[in-house]
Amino acid sequence: MTSSAAALSLPRAAAWRQHPLAVRFTPIVTVVAALMVVWYIAAVLMNLSLVRGGFEREEAPYTTMELIAGTMEAERPLLPAPHQVAGAFLDGVFGYAPNAPRSLIYHSAVTLSATLLGFALGAGLGIALALSIVHSRVLERSLMPWIICSQMVPILALAPIFIVVLGAIGLQGLLPKSIISAYLSFFPITIGMVKGFNAPEPMQLDLMRTWSATSRQVLTRLRWPTAMPYLFASLKVAITISLIGAIVAELPTGAEAGIGARLLAGSYYGQTVQIWAALVAAAVLASGLIALVGLAERMVGRRMGTRA
Amino acid sequence: MNIVTDATAIANPSSRRIAVDVAEVSLTFDTADGKVEALSDVSLQIAAGEFVSFIGPSGCGKTTMLRVIADLQQPTSGHLSVNGMTAEQARLARAYGYVFQAPALFPWRTIEANLKLPLQIMGYSESDQTILAKRYLELVNLTGFARKFPWQLSGGMQQRVSIARALSFDPALLLMDEPFGALDEIVRDHLNAQLLELWGKTNKTVLFVTHSIPEAVFLSTKIVVMSPRPGRIIDIIDCNFPRDRTLEIRETPEFMAIAQRVRTGLRAGHSYDE
Repeated sequence: MTSSAAALSLPRAAAWRQHPLAVRFTPIVTVVAALMVVWYIAAVLMNLSLVRGGFEREEAPYTTMELIAGTMEAERPLLPAPHQVAGAFLDGVFGYAPNAPRSLIYHSAVTLSATLLGFALGAGLGIALALSIVHSRVLERSLMPWIICSQMVPILALAPIFIVVLGAIGLQGLLPKSIISAYLSFFPITIGMVKGFNAPEPMQLDLMRTWSATSRQVLTRLRWPTAMPYLFASLKVAITISLIGAIVAELPTGAEAGIGARLLAGSYYGQTVQIWAALVAAAVLASGLIALVGLAERMVGRRMGTRA
Repeated sequence: MNIVTDATAIANPSSRRIAVDVAEVSLTFDTADGKVEALSDVSLQIAAGEFVSFIGPSGCGKTTMLRVIADLQQPTSGHLSVNGMTAEQARLARAYGYVFQAPALFPWRTIEANLKLPLQIMGYSESDQTILAKRYLELVNLTGFARKFPWQLSGGMQQRVSIARALSFDPALLLMDEPFGALDEIVRDHLNAQLLELWGKTNKTVLFVTHSIPEAVFLSTKIVVMSPRPGRIIDIIDCNFPRDRTLEIRETPEFMAIAQRVRTGLRAGHSYDE
């Protein structure tokens, strides 16, 4: 009786592991759980001396448990515990009106607008550069070294110069940030699209030649569609870089709004929890943007008959 | 070598016009290992309506020959006329359809859209494109596959689409570079029979590069045997089976005799000595 019940329950116990949701999420949940454990341990270890110092200054007696509990809720911890970050993030998102200066939604929206404009500018510039490089050997030789050089100067050094120069000609606010963002994001698109525009097979190019197609027709009917997978791969890289560019651009301007401004303010006042919450907001934003590009890629892929 | 075409060699007497005239054409490639003579002093005349096969081992210049006629490559010396024009004029006039070793379909286009591509490029009207795509899909027995994407078709079907695509704008000349080389023998036999039927229906001049002796003998009115290093013509064999031949003729003594002559020619070229 019992043995038959055990024999029956055994496959059932294994069954949940085969469940599609379990198959899909078990690896992710495991990794996240492991990270949380490591994070908590690190938070205890890093904040320990801070909390102990606090107790000793007040000459209050303390137990080990109180000490550990203290590391979990310090006001300005060296490393905030995950629940503190989550709390601050949720509070920043839901705790204020979306246009309040303490709302993370407000700051994210400011950064997002600069990111999207910068991304659009960068994508346009990147594709235009790739087109001219593919169509002219002279341009390839003259432009390519400069394009590569442009990325060798750290953007942290360049950003203030951009802001000052653009400010001097009367450009302020959104546009300078977008230009810095575009300056970073055009690069992967140029590199990817040069590769993509050159990706058609020689046979396909020969075919176009036998039909005496114009170079414009070769571009629209062959090179552009062939470059689509390259375009989306580089757009995914570019959109995260656009976000980084926009955040970095907010640092030297002393901007009052934006994720970068939140980071800066947080570091001025030692508000580590606020810094981490802003970082989480940036990560959420980046994931959302990449997901959007991925969605566009799937839609285009379906129209182009890509094998599922 | 200059061949004066025997009038009886051509089934259709009205097609005695010269479609392709190659006169003393040579082509030398500059490669990293030095100069390679791909074609050496090749002369050949092909009358309209003929089906001419080029056969020879790899590297004998048969593909290069076709590419020169198609103006995909320029000869180092010699003269070339295609339908009475230079090769470049003929290309610009869209005088020929070219079928490559691989189907080279555009994977993001449906079969119908692939067929329409040359027509779009040549500026046919939307309605003409649709009519022609339908007609030529029917010609290669692929009606019903119009909405499929290339990867949903077998290799043989894809190659049929590429043949339909080459025919769709009704060029007088069809250049085929080992179109069935990548296919298995059964599919190949089937497509050979279909191609012959197509040729009968459309009355085009076909230049056909192949590795296969039976294929060449079965399809051709004329077989050009080539040898490598340097690429040159070593024999031109007339091959006058009736136009409505079937695969069974491959068992006849006449067929065997021609195949034997091709084989002898290939051997005489010392093609396999190295």
